[in-house]
Amino acid sequence: MSKNISILIVDDEESVRDSLYNWFIEDGYRVECAGNAKEALSIIESREFDIVLADIKMPGMDGLEMHRRIKAQNKETIVIVMTAFASVDTAVQALKDGAYDYITKPFDPDDLSHLVRNASKQITLKAENEALRNKMNELENVEDIVGKSEGMLKVLKEVKSVAQSNSSVIITGESGTGKELIARAIHFNSPRRYFPLVSVHCGALTESLLESELFGHEKGAFTGAMYNRKGRFEMADGGTIFLDEIATISSKTQVELLRVLESKSFMRVGGNKEISSDFRVICATNKDLKKMVENGTFREDLFYRLNVVNINIPPLRDRVEDIPMLMNHFIIKYCTAMSRDMVTIEPAALKRLEEFEFPGNVRELENMIERAIVIGNGKEIRLADLPMGKDIIYSSVESLDDLEKKYILQILNKYDWNITRSAKALKVDRVTLYNKIKKYDLNASKS
Amino acid sequence: MDKHNIILIAHGQFEKGFLSEIAEEVALEYSCSVGIQESQLDLMNFYDPSRRQYDGYKLLKEIEGMNIAGYNKKIGLFRVDLFIPILTYIFGQAFFKGNSGIASLYRLKNEQYGMQADQDLLFHRFRKVIIHEIGHTFGLIHCHVPNCVMRSSTYVEDIDQKRHHLCSKCLNEIAEFKI
Repeated sequence: MSKNISILIVDDEESVRDSLYNWFIEDGYRVECAGNAKEALSIIESREFDIVLADIKMPGMDGLEMHRRIKAQNKETIVIVMTAFASVDTAVQALKDGAYDYITKPFDPDDLSHLVRNASKQITLKAENEALRNKMNELENVEDIVGKSEGMLKVLKEVKSVAQSNSSVIITGESGTGKELIARAIHFNSPRRYFPLVSVHCGALTESLLESELFGHEKGAFTGAMYNRKGRFEMADGGTIFLDEIATISSKTQVELLRVLESKSFMRVGGNKEISSDFRVICATNKDLKKMVENGTFREDLFYRLNVVNINIPPLRDRVEDIPMLMNHFIIKYCTAMSRDMVTIEPAALKRLEEFEFPGNVRELENMIERAIVIGNGKEIRLADLPMGKDIIYSSVESLDDLEKKYILQILNKYDWNITRSAKALKVDRVTLYNKIKKYDLNASKS
Repeated sequence: MDKHNIILIAHGQFEKGFLSEIAEEVALEYSCSVGIQESQLDLMNFYDPSRRQYDGYKLLKEIEGMNIAGYNKKIGLFRVDLFIPILTYIFGQAFFKGNSGIASLYRLKNEQYGMQADQDLLFHRFRKVIIHEIGHTFGLIHCHVPNCVMRSSTYVEDIDQKRHHLCSKCLNEIAEFKI
C-alpha cells in the first residue's frame, strides 16, 4: 500500500529532513524534501503529493501559511504539521485550517508510523471509493442503454440535460422500450444519485394497496396493518420516485398525488402526522396522457405538474440500426450469465430480426435472444432458434412471390440446403424446387 | 574479495565473543565477509545534554565519513541511548541503499523495561537490529512478512516477534541488488 503514497517533508533543519527521509523511505514511501515553504510550494506546483509533513516554525513563510496555500491548490492533500514548540493555539489554528493532525517533535517512533499509516489508509480508501463510484456511474450509463440511432442519441442527450435539474419527467414510449432504464439513467446521473431510487408499478396495485404503498400506513390503519410502515415517498427522501404506468392510477389517487407533489408532504394511511420528504418524480406510461386529459380520465392539473419534461423513447421498429448492437449486448449478457461461450448469429437470423416489427420492442428482442441461447446449438443463433423463424406471416404487406421466395429460403436453410429433404418438406418434387431456386436466384451464401 | 564486505565498528566495551558471534551470523545471512574493529571515537561530542541521549544522526554521518580499507559497508555498534532529532529514540538507523548504519543495544536490554537481565535475549535482539539495518543499506524496505527480519519494529517486543533471517522475497531482492 505504502509504495504508491508520496510524502513531501518540509523543514528548515537538515537533520530533521534527512531523518524523516530515511525513516519513510525505509517504509517504502516515495519521499522528497524541501528546506522552506517557498521551495515546497514550487515542488508541489510541479508534482502532486499525498501527504505533506510540514514544520510550523520556519524562516520566511511559516508552516501554517504554507498549509493554507497547499490546501488552496489541492484540498485533497493531507497536511500533518509538526513543531518543536507545542502550543495549543497553533495546534487549534492548524486543525481549523484543515490539517490532518498535529505532532510535537520529538515523537515516538510508533506514533509517527501510526499517523502516516492511518493517513495512507485514508488516501487509499478515498481512491477506492472514487473508483467504485465511477464504476457505478459507468454501469448505469454505458452498459445498459444501448443504441446509436438518431432517436436514441436524442433521448440520451435529453437524459443528460434533464438529470442535472430537479424537474418532474414523464417518459413515454411503447411497452418494452426501456422506460425504467431511462428513469434509472436520469437518477444515477443526477445529484440525487447517492440517495435511493424507489420504483412503484402503479398498474400492479389496487387503489387501496397503492395508497398504502405510496404513503405508508400506521399500525391498525386497516385489517392486516400490524405494524407501522414507511411509504415509498418517505423511502425516496433525498432521491427519486419512479411511478411506472402512471396512467392506471384512479382519480382519487390522482388527487392525493397532486397534493403530495405540491406540498412534498403527506400523511400515512391511518396517521395524523404530516411527513415531509424531498423527492424527485419520474413517471412513465405507454398511454397518451394528453388524450386521457381530453377524455377526462386523467387530471389536467396533475398532467401539467408531472409533464415538465417529456422524453419519448422511439419504438424498436423505428431504430432498426440499433438491433445488431442490442443483440450483441444481450448475447454477451446471457452467455455470461449462463457461463456459455459467446455465440454468433447466422445472417438469415439477423436479417429476419431486422425485418421484424417487434411489437414488444427491446424486451421482446431480449427475450428472443435469451430463448435462442437456451435452445440453440451453443455456437450460433440460427433462424430456427427464433420464435418468428417458423412464422412466415409478416405484418408488412409483401407480394406472393416475395412470400414464396422467403418461405423456400427458410426451408432450404432449415435443411442445410439438402434439396431432397427441402422438397419433401415443401411437398414439391426436386425439379420444381430447382426451378424455384433458379427463378428466385437463391443460393446458400445469400441466405 | 567479495563485492560487499561489512565491518562492525564497536564503540564501547562488549562482552567477549559477543561481537564475533554476531559477525558470524551477519556473514551467513548476507554471504559476505564481516570484520570487527574497535573505535576510539569520543562519544561526548555526540551527547545532547538536553535530551541526555546521543545524536544518532550525527553518529551515522561520522560512520559514513570513516574510510576503512577493504570494507564498503560500515555499521557502528553502540551501548548508549541513541536518538534522531524527530524521534524520541531509535534502535538503529542506516542510509537507505548507502554504505553505513548504526545500532545500539541500550534500548534492547530487559533492564530498561524493569525486567531481569537476559544476555541471550539481548544477543538475539541486537543481532536482528544489525541485520535489519544492513538490509536497508542493500535497499530493502520494511517487509510485511511477519517473521522477516526486515519487518518494521518500533517496540522491543516487535523485535522478539521476528526471526533473524530475511524472508525469501527480501533474499531475492538482495540477490538482484548484489548482481
